[in-house]
Amino acid sequence: MTEKNNNQEKVGVYVCHCGTNISKVVDVEEVAKWAGEQPNVEVSRDYKFMCSSLGQELIEQDIKEKGLTRIVCASCSPHMHEKTFRNACERAGLNPFLFEMTNIREHDSWITDDKHAATEKAKSLVRGSIDRVVHHEPLDEIPVEINPNTLVVGGGIAGITSALELADAGYHVYLVEREPSIGGHMAQLDKTFPTLDCSACILTPKMVDVGQHDNITLLTWSEVEKVDGYLGNFTVTVRKKARFVNEEHCTGCGICIEKCPFKEVDEVFEAGMGERKVIYRPFPQAVPKYPVIDKENCVYFKTGKCKACEKFCPTEPNSIDFEQEDEMLMLDVGNIILATGYDLFDAKKIPQYGYGKLDNVFTSLEFERMVNASGPTDGKIVLRDKESKPKSVAIVHCVGSRDENYNKYCSKVCCMYSLKFAHLVHERIPDAEIYDCYIDMRTPGKGYEEFYNRLLEEGTHFIRGKVAEITDAARIPEEEGKLIVQVEDTLIGRQRRVPVDMVILSPAMEARAGSKEVSQLFKMGCDFDGFFVERHPKLDPVATMTDGIYIAGACQGPKDVPESVVQGAAAAARVAGLISRGTVMMEPVRASIDQDACSGCKICNNMCPYNAITFHEDNEVSEVITALCQGCGTCVAACPSGVITGAHFTNEQLFSQIEGILWDVRPEKTIA
Amino acid sequence: MTNSEKPKLAMYWSASCGGCEISVLNIHEKILTVDEVFDVAFFPCIADFKVKDVEAYPDDHITVCLWNGAIRNSEGEEMAHLLRKKSQFMVAFGSCAYEGCIPALSNLTSKEATFDTVYKNNPTLDNPKGFIPTTSVQVPEGELTIPEFYNTVKSLDQVVDVDYYLPGCPPEPHQIWAVLQVIVGALLEGAPLPPKGSIVGVTNVAVCEECDLKKDEKTITRFYRPYEIVPEASVCLLEQGLMCMGPATRGGCGALCPEVGIGCRGCYGPMPGVEDQGGKMLSAIASVIGAGDETMEDDELEREIQAVVDTIADPAGTFYRFSMAHSLLQRAKVNGSNGKGEAA
Repeated sequence: MTEKNNNQEKVGVYVCHCGTNISKVVDVEEVAKWAGEQPNVEVSRDYKFMCSSLGQELIEQDIKEKGLTRIVCASCSPHMHEKTFRNACERAGLNPFLFEMTNIREHDSWITDDKHAATEKAKSLVRGSIDRVVHHEPLDEIPVEINPNTLVVGGGIAGITSALELADAGYHVYLVEREPSIGGHMAQLDKTFPTLDCSACILTPKMVDVGQHDNITLLTWSEVEKVDGYLGNFTVTVRKKARFVNEEHCTGCGICIEKCPFKEVDEVFEAGMGERKVIYRPFPQAVPKYPVIDKENCVYFKTGKCKACEKFCPTEPNSIDFEQEDEMLMLDVGNIILATGYDLFDAKKIPQYGYGKLDNVFTSLEFERMVNASGPTDGKIVLRDKESKPKSVAIVHCVGSRDENYNKYCSKVCCMYSLKFAHLVHERIPDAEIYDCYIDMRTPGKGYEEFYNRLLEEGTHFIRGKVAEITDAARIPEEEGKLIVQVEDTLIGRQRRVPVDMVILSPAMEARAGSKEVSQLFKMGCDFDGFFVERHPKLDPVATMTDGIYIAGACQGPKDVPESVVQGAAAAARVAGLISRGTVMMEPVRASIDQDACSGCKICNNMCPYNAITFHEDNEVSEVITALCQGCGTCVAACPSGVITGAHFTNEQLFSQIEGILWDVRPEKTIA
Repeated sequence: MTNSEKPKLAMYWSASCGGCEISVLNIHEKILTVDEVFDVAFFPCIADFKVKDVEAYPDDHITVCLWNGAIRNSEGEEMAHLLRKKSQFMVAFGSCAYEGCIPALSNLTSKEATFDTVYKNNPTLDNPKGFIPTTSVQVPEGELTIPEFYNTVKSLDQVVDVDYYLPGCPPEPHQIWAVLQVIVGALLEGAPLPPKGSIVGVTNVAVCEECDLKKDEKTITRFYRPYEIVPEASVCLLEQGLMCMGPATRGGCGALCPEVGIGCRGCYGPMPGVEDQGGKMLSAIASVIGAGDETMEDDELEREIQAVVDTIADPAGTFYRFSMAHSLLQRAKVNGSNGKGEAA
């Protein structure tokens, strides 16, 4: 520890060991000693855990006893403990924004084993913070009121859970779903693993609850078009697509569906396995009950003739409304939960698996519809001809997952649903031979390993190996008329050709097509795979980096039903917490325009993602509305005159920090 | 030359075009007032003085020295030190002295590359033996010397202490007169002088404020060079795709260029508090480029943006036309004589 007197700002520097996370690479004692010799530093210490109560008390004590006016803490990422130390400053009577955090863990000790280099880098970073913090100005947090209404986007099991949790807590929810009914993928499934509950039986009561809840405004066949605002005060524009059915008058009797003379292949709910009418409900238990007209395929819309639905509609006035137009709704909400779900990997992308070319290669979702009692085959497991029962079935794991060519990640749920398929085939066709080709069997979860054991006992043939090819090119008479699964059985070290009647592919869960655009619409992050990024992978899994925007379910990554439910409920709890607080304090990091120096060039005016910049026509200058500004800095960077300042990120602060970081390599003022 | 009690005025040039001298004379009949108030102590452009005259002056003999030109060679540097010593107020007069201006664009290359272009690889040259200037050469009559040409062009304040800066390429006559009036007022009537280091003869708001063209929100899908389009009258040139440095440039000139349909070149330098005028303008331009949309893949979007950026002719020379020596860049690191900016 070093101390010295100085008559300008009195900076206290605290260098954290973080147990050994930092100190095993960075010589923290040396950094603290060196920091004590830097300009403006009054006191410099190192300590085992700065974030501990004792560590925080060190700071508080020094502020009170030594009259420190600025604090620098060199420890972990500000994401972890900036708030902790700001609070410590505040408790000791120092404005929390007179604090600066130096990240010498994630940015230093964790990225190298070179002790000398790490120690030198720590010094540079600390010096940058010292030189920056002396230019800090006290700032006051800005109170923001939380609108108690919440938008939930996506009506799958995650979104349904979020909506019900919040609605049951007494808060109003707008649930937006782009399909005609809520239910999501779970509504398409037959059974859920490992308990083999009937998926619809456990889901539909929840769907009914949503439909009937006083606190839920259900907007199906609707999509979010625009999101303005910020935590507590979002304004969301929703396009309510024309159903061509008047929801006020329709009783959901279904006569129109019955009488509609035209059918289309249902690519969405039935995964192409079945047909639906042109005016349709995706499935009998759909919520809401109102049908929707498929305008593209409706003969009336194409030719001007038919109107069978209208003729047979028994309601008075008639519920069919061909003139209906899309409606734009503006919703004011305080928080948004995104539960937009997943897409299934397109198995056609792997041509050697033959999907789309070989009739009896099915995808998991096709099989789910097939085994579903209310599905296109009434629950019968049959080949593509809809008659023949397969005598042998192969199930192929990891289709498009754990594969360098497609998705590197493990899709997590496929092993379990593949096992479920094997069980369902055993159940329906007891004498069928089932071959299950897996890379590794991944069954972590309550009752999951037991389910695997059950399948081992049921007589499934497990082949450990990645399937190379599925073909109908027979080499020997036994293979004639069969699908041959070429796979290396790594446990016996041999290539096998397994002739079967039916193959079920288990494709990966992928991020929704267009998830990148959705993430931009809601101004939050999405990873390279397209999944939305949580604020912290361990400790903040349902929040995002954007305040007021939460994520739940498979839009964040592959997930099974219970995990999606947990996330849906967790997101709801986070939102409910904010609503019950009513007002939250927001960082005062905001932009402001020097009204005397603005030339009114109008470069900044269309930059602001929050529409916080207004132009005063009378004196021809622009102004940032503080309440709307979120401190993103876009306008600060854009202003060519340099008259927009970002509080806490002023030029002086940033240039001082840069010069501080470069303290040992700064060139002289004049150069050769 | 007199030894009266009148304040003494000097004006000297280094790397510059001479326009600044002309602009001083361009204050019209007020030049007579200047003559009334000042004794001219050194002004090689308009009267015959020798360096030895200056050397003979006592220190601080000259009241005001208007220095125009960047420091490009050893002669400029020597004279800057000499005049600094002999002058009470050293004024960096015009853009070259203030921030390097056109001469400092050669900081993007090396001395060798500059010599190559000027003395060797130039269609108007006939220099079969490839002579280039050397500081010293022996002739029968003895040794001849010329000043050393430096690798880096500097602004005046990177060489000597400067009291005031008067930007402009050249400074506008009414601003020159206004500054001279302040100095005269201080000398004759004891009026207060602006604090040392002040940038004088300017406003603290960007050129756009002085420009009457109608400005709206901007989305630029391509840039044009001035000869490529006839701009719509009374509409902001930048919005029409004509590069205009107005929003990044300190006012004071009266927006002369944009008002006649030519984008502001940026000669009055950066706004107060801005370290790097070119960087600021680049950042602004990057913000208003309209290319692609959010549905595009990154590489497609990149191509779209690049296509717009490619319509900006000579970005370094455009954004740093006046401010290179004073910018954060200051100069490019160049390796040897090719001047291509390879890592040194």
